[in-house]
Amino acid sequence: MSFSFRRLAFAALIAALAAPVAAPQPSRAADVDILNVSYDPTRELYVAINKAFAEKYKAETGKTVAFKQSHGGSGKQARSVIDGLDADVVTLALAYDIDAIADKGLIAADWQKRLPQNASPYTSTIVFLVRKGNPKGIKDWGDLVKPGVQVITPNPKTSGGARWNYLAAWAWALKQPGGSPETAKAFVGNLYKNVPVLDTGARGSTVTFTERGVGDVLLAWENEAFLSKKEFGDDKFDIVVPSISILAEPPVAVVDKVVDRKGTRAVAEEYLKFLYTKEGQDIAAQNFYRPRDPEVAKKYENVFPKVDLVTIDDPAFGGWRNAQKTHFSDGGVFDSIYTN
Amino acid sequence: MASAILTAAAPRQRSAVPGFGITFGLTVLWVSLIVLIPLAALFLKTAELTPDRILAILTAPRTLHALKISFGLSLAAAATNLVFGAVIVWALVRYEFPGRRVLDALVDIPFALPTAVAGIALTDLYAANGWIGRLLAPLGITVAFTPLGIFIAMVFIGLPFVVRTVQPVLEDLDADLEEAAATLGAGRWTTIRRVVLPAVLPAFLTGFALAFARGVGEYGSVIFIAGNLPNVSEIAPLLIVIRLEEFRYADATTIACAMLVASFALLFVINALQRWSQNRTGRL
Amino acid sequence: MSMSVPAEVAAMPAGIETPALPEDIRSEPRAVRWVVIGLATLFLGLFIMLPLVNVFTQAFSKGWAAYGAALVDADALAAIELTLIVAAISVGANTVMGLVMAWTLTKFEFRGKSLLITLVDLPFSVSPVIAGLVFVLLFGAQGTFGPWLIDHGWKIVFAWPGIALATIFVTFPFVARELIPLMQEQGTQEEEAAVTLGASGLRTFLRVTLPNVKWALLYGVLLCNARSMGEFGAVSVVSGHVRGETNTMPLHIEILYNEYQFQASFAVASLLALLAVVTLLAKTALEARIGRRHGH
Repeated sequence: MSFSFRRLAFAALIAALAAPVAAPQPSRAADVDILNVSYDPTRELYVAINKAFAEKYKAETGKTVAFKQSHGGSGKQARSVIDGLDADVVTLALAYDIDAIADKGLIAADWQKRLPQNASPYTSTIVFLVRKGNPKGIKDWGDLVKPGVQVITPNPKTSGGARWNYLAAWAWALKQPGGSPETAKAFVGNLYKNVPVLDTGARGSTVTFTERGVGDVLLAWENEAFLSKKEFGDDKFDIVVPSISILAEPPVAVVDKVVDRKGTRAVAEEYLKFLYTKEGQDIAAQNFYRPRDPEVAKKYENVFPKVDLVTIDDPAFGGWRNAQKTHFSDGGVFDSIYTN
Repeated sequence: MASAILTAAAPRQRSAVPGFGITFGLTVLWVSLIVLIPLAALFLKTAELTPDRILAILTAPRTLHALKISFGLSLAAAATNLVFGAVIVWALVRYEFPGRRVLDALVDIPFALPTAVAGIALTDLYAANGWIGRLLAPLGITVAFTPLGIFIAMVFIGLPFVVRTVQPVLEDLDADLEEAAATLGAGRWTTIRRVVLPAVLPAFLTGFALAFARGVGEYGSVIFIAGNLPNVSEIAPLLIVIRLEEFRYADATTIACAMLVASFALLFVINALQRWSQNRTGRL
Repeated sequence: MSMSVPAEVAAMPAGIETPALPEDIRSEPRAVRWVVIGLATLFLGLFIMLPLVNVFTQAFSKGWAAYGAALVDADALAAIELTLIVAAISVGANTVMGLVMAWTLTKFEFRGKSLLITLVDLPFSVSPVIAGLVFVLLFGAQGTFGPWLIDHGWKIVFAWPGIALATIFVTFPFVARELIPLMQEQGTQEEEAAVTLGASGLRTFLRVTLPNVKWALLYGVLLCNARSMGEFGAVSVVSGHVRGETNTMPLHIEILYNEYQFQASFAVASLLALLAVVTLLAKTALEARIGRRHGH
């Protein structure tokens, strides 16, 4: 009997753990709480930014500010904010996702004009991450559709980075001799035929490629590619810079409806402006985002390779709303790739 | 539905036990709040669409593929669990061997292990550089990020349902029947087929149905190991999440409703089958 | 549909059965026996044991110090705290209401009873993702009640109440399903006797019914707790993934996994795996108890 009593005590312990005790929510002492809802690869960037800004704010005003972060695929994050996630600021992968939030009246329609440079304090581009020594000899976009090459990229429907990947490929195909929307569509279609895994976010794809060892080439944010080399060592991966890529402008915005309700507008705006300061720009560059500030850019010019970059406002795309409608909306070009 | 219950709210015969009114009221309230109203919201949201649109969503190749993968692989996994579940139950109930109790306890692991933990552990094992994946890779078999991976995850989560449903029935099975059959000259295999199998068949069908229902809706353990490739390795619950993330709520609820209706239809069929089998064998 | 896996186990004898002797007429040839045992062991080892072992191996792949560091990380602690709070709410609510529902459904006869039982079972066959989705539809900012709630300063989705609601939904049948078969079997005679002798309803419940079902209740609570702490799909949809605030342990595991912190991810996972193992130990002990008490 004695042994069963011991077991019983064990069970009682578990039951006690589960007993409905009145558990108060943790209250953390800070003067202001800011929730930054961001996309996948900015995890490390905002850890550094938040720390620097909190110190600066404390020194200047004597007030403490506590940051909360949420990361995920850009589209998914926008959806959460629309559904009521209380973001003070959104720092997403592309303007369209912030437009979607603005369309619901949470952010003023002119948000992109409120901060310099299309409200994108840093830029990035899309590069290829390949296995050490580049065994498949991947040099440019054209090599991605060769038979036997496995390409890793996330789902453009849910991931912002994936949409940049897709558009960069499209831009390259258009600029080839005899390029037209038809040939570009065929090219992109062939590219996705070589994709064995379609993760929902950029980080998921990076993990699939680096940790799981799937695929020959990862279409990645430049910062993700650099970070992977840093995390896993230079002897594992090489970065290949294609002949043409896209200028990715991840924008930021204050969520008006939320900051006005919470009374956090001043801090939130201060925070986004901090991204444009020398200090903020420096942190961005250290995390492999291309800084906008010419001086900081000069300091890091050896880090970032020179690439021929097309922009989303190129006539081939005509801005995000157009590109989204043509390529990624229901029944758009991307859908036709997967329904055929 | 709720009103149908309410009109019948008086107990059929007066019971000496008190508390019917209050517990019945609380039960109906609780079921309505947590189960009925939320699920009704699902159907209401779907009802906002025109029938044409609903049909278009459901017959889109991607939706059909996702449903086919969820239901098809879940069916295959439940069938696999039926076979190996039978072997395991037989070993656990009929034989005494060292480590039997450990095996018995192991059966419950998938029931208690959080699905996300199971998902990352299985992915880690079956990826090309994992413990098992490394052995399979030279044979040209890739499990992780293919439908085969989804199948493995579904087998994992479904096993306890088959074993734990059949086990008590097989344990309670009267020894006399088998002995009588043997005395009458039936071979061992014939006895099992003609005497044991009919008796445990209803339990097997129930276990199969439970494993199947669990597999169809499974998300946590599957998404890590599935390739999540549209039309190839995308499960229906993931498609619901993706539609939600694309702001297409009505699409998400339409697929959700289809899944609910389909699982119910299948469960009803299997339950009917079980009743028929019980009637046939005269076992309760 | 009967979700009666544990219930039937509950009703089975103490797990000790007469071992089949080799010369037993109910047994098979030795070779067949060993093939069956071998297959069973292989299958369970490969499919069930190996993933479990893998979790712990990965968790300790960088030694004890790294393991400890992963667990005392501020975000990890917040996730553990939230998981415990949500599990407490969900287990508490489902225990109380499980008793109430079981009382109504077993001590009285009324029309529509089987429909009500079906509704209690329903959440079991609903995909967890759908469970999360319905609460976003109801309480999200674009949902039925969302705008009103937000105007009045109530946060349901992307905050702990939404996570608790989704968890309650997913674990809805666990306690009631343990109690119903047992209370049905016990009938109403003891309660009737107590009432006849002048005991109040509440007193009858506390002194007569509760002691009769306490082991089954504890068993249901255990399963409900394990599932509450481990729920991923439903919680993922309603969480918002705010670190240190709306991340439960399973979500924190996913985040770490996506941050190249595989060892830390498996370290947190090992806590939940440990919970699973402890749950099973307690369950085995309880099965013996229930079997002894109500053994046929």
